[in-house]
Amino acid sequence: MSSQLSSQLNKPATQTAGAEGYNFAYLDEQSKRMLRRAMLKAVAIPGYQVPFGGREMPLPHGWGTGGMQLTATVIGEADTLKVIDQGADDTTNAVSIRRFFAKTAGVETTEHTADASLIQTRHRIPERQLRNDQILIYQVPIPEPLRFIEPRETETRKMHALREYGAMQVKLYEDVARFGHIATSYDYPVMVNDRYMMDPSPIPKFDNPKMNQMPALQLFGAGFEKRIYAVPPYTKVMSLDFDDYPFEVQSWEESCSICGSDHSFLDEVIMDDAGNKMFVCSDTDYCRERVEQGFTAENPEGQQGLTPEPNQSQQERKTQDDTKAEEMAP
Amino acid sequence: MNAIQNVNGQPLTGGKDASAERQAGKRQDDAPLLSVRDICKFYAPGKGCGDVSFDLYPGEVLGIVGESGSGKSTLLSTLPARLQPDSGQVIYNSAQFGELDLYACDEAERRVLMRSEWGIVHQHARDGLRMNVSAGANIGERLMAVGERHYGSIREKAEEWLTAVEIDTGRIDDRPSQFSGGMQQRLQIARNLVTHPKLIFMDEPTGGLDVSVQARLLDLLRNLVSQLGLSVIIVTHDLAVARLLAHRLMVMRRGEVVETGLTDQVLDDPQHPYTQLLVSSILQN
Ligand SMILES: Nc1ncnc2c1ncn2[C@@H]1O[C@H](COP(=O)(O)OP(=O)(O)OP(=O)(O)O)[C@@H](O)[C@H]1O
Ligand SMILES: [Mg+2]
Ligand SMILES: [Zn+2]
Repeated sequence: MSSQLSSQLNKPATQTAGAEGYNFAYLDEQSKRMLRRAMLKAVAIPGYQVPFGGREMPLPHGWGTGGMQLTATVIGEADTLKVIDQGADDTTNAVSIRRFFAKTAGVETTEHTADASLIQTRHRIPERQLRNDQILIYQVPIPEPLRFIEPRETETRKMHALREYGAMQVKLYEDVARFGHIATSYDYPVMVNDRYMMDPSPIPKFDNPKMNQMPALQLFGAGFEKRIYAVPPYTKVMSLDFDDYPFEVQSWEESCSICGSDHSFLDEVIMDDAGNKMFVCSDTDYCRERVEQGFTAENPEGQQGLTPEPNQSQQERKTQDDTKAEEMAP
Repeated sequence: MNAIQNVNGQPLTGGKDASAERQAGKRQDDAPLLSVRDICKFYAPGKGCGDVSFDLYPGEVLGIVGESGSGKSTLLSTLPARLQPDSGQVIYNSAQFGELDLYACDEAERRVLMRSEWGIVHQHARDGLRMNVSAGANIGERLMAVGERHYGSIREKAEEWLTAVEIDTGRIDDRPSQFSGGMQQRLQIARNLVTHPKLIFMDEPTGGLDVSVQARLLDLLRNLVSQLGLSVIIVTHDLAVARLLAHRLMVMRRGEVVETGLTDQVLDDPQHPYTQLLVSSILQN
């Protein structure tokens, strides 16, 4: 059990900092209690999908009610909230959600990964290594990784219970048979704590290695299907693969046109009608931070001999290989 | 059929002849693979199967025959506990778990057996295949389910088994929906046999196929069964299929077994009036 979650859970039932006429963080306390119970169970069984009942959060469709519900449930007055959508803090969605909690919970918000205690995300994990005193909340559209091969819920539950994951490997087999490599690049299935198969939400597989042994608590909320799952801090998260087709993350020939980074997830941006393109960091805060530190496209090594941030994904990729090597060792 | 022997690596057993010896009591050291005692499964009076008992020995093929609605499929599904029985006991002699009481053991164990030591061949191939993935994936799934993680060797075994069931290896990446009915049925068989199961449950595997396609499939099945030394329980209402494949027959009528015996005895010298009727109606057409 992570200390930050338990401290959130011990908060008094009523708080007054929110906007008038609403409960703190909008969600009623009864729903929060129910969600917290589900969350505790989720943390206790890493990767296991815990169903929850209760009311919908009255939000427009597409807002990602799963993530919102979790955020509303764990947020406290002292929290600083960051919200990202595809890595960016300034999309309509991200801005709206940030404003929503600023208004209903009166909390501080930030765009700086380092300053946030709570990060709600859709589609990315920040490039900057997260800390143990942070919580990452994922918005999940489809929580069941086995759904594509088995539509029956009763059957997928049984498959999880009995650890019958051969069918999942079929998906990877089909990739290699058709494309000559594992072409799945988002929603790439992972095995959590050597036990449960988990859908990491539609993040790029580039981010998968960051989940492994992450110091921060990771919470996943699927609003439509009413499921919560979690990866506690420092938990093993391995991406599925074949021995002869090992897991690999996306890589780019190019570097970021703004900060010169050659190790972050890059978005392709069309510049003009002539179809000229450039590549920039998808994590806008990471890019900004690097620029502040003096890194530029022309000077990717940074000024005054500053050393760049460690390449987190490569570091973690080593972890996946190391873990494998450890397992193979006698 | 060389591919099969190589894949399997098991010594060949004599199929029908070996079983006949067993019947004659010459190999009493072999324990039964499956011991069935008094199992009952009724949906309604007369609908289902009741008081069925028999032993199935390794390498033996048991045919279950009887008219439509006599409870053959119900019995076949109840044996491996795919259907919950009303009463009775089935003991299976598992290579992994030892002697297992199938109705009392953990479902997890049964499901492990289902993808390793057992095979299930459905009458309708689409019930036993994944229609939305390739033939290679269909064969490879059971391998991956028992822990195979090397793509190259999964691919290799899929090709060997396609060859074994006489499907062109060039079709490995095609989906079963692009296959003919006979090919789908052969793919279903390959998909089951790839993990070298000991016991296969088959329900009308040749049903719904053209006569010439049926003949080819029967031929293939007969070869596979004898070369791999498989134990098989096969349901059919086609006595010609029973004659060709089964060492022993069990005749069912309205949910009850009315006669059992060696296939040739039952078909050539039926004792029960119902069996006599069944055999004569076949002879008539
Ligand atoms: N799920 C069910 N619910 C109720 N009755 C059933 C069910 N399945 C089968 N029955 C009935 O049980 C009896 C035995 O059916 P079963 O399918 O075992 O016969 P069968 O010998 O396999 O027939 P067929 O040769 O037509 O396949 C039939 O009267 C059938 O209608
Ligand atoms: Mg039937
Ligand atoms: Zn950048």
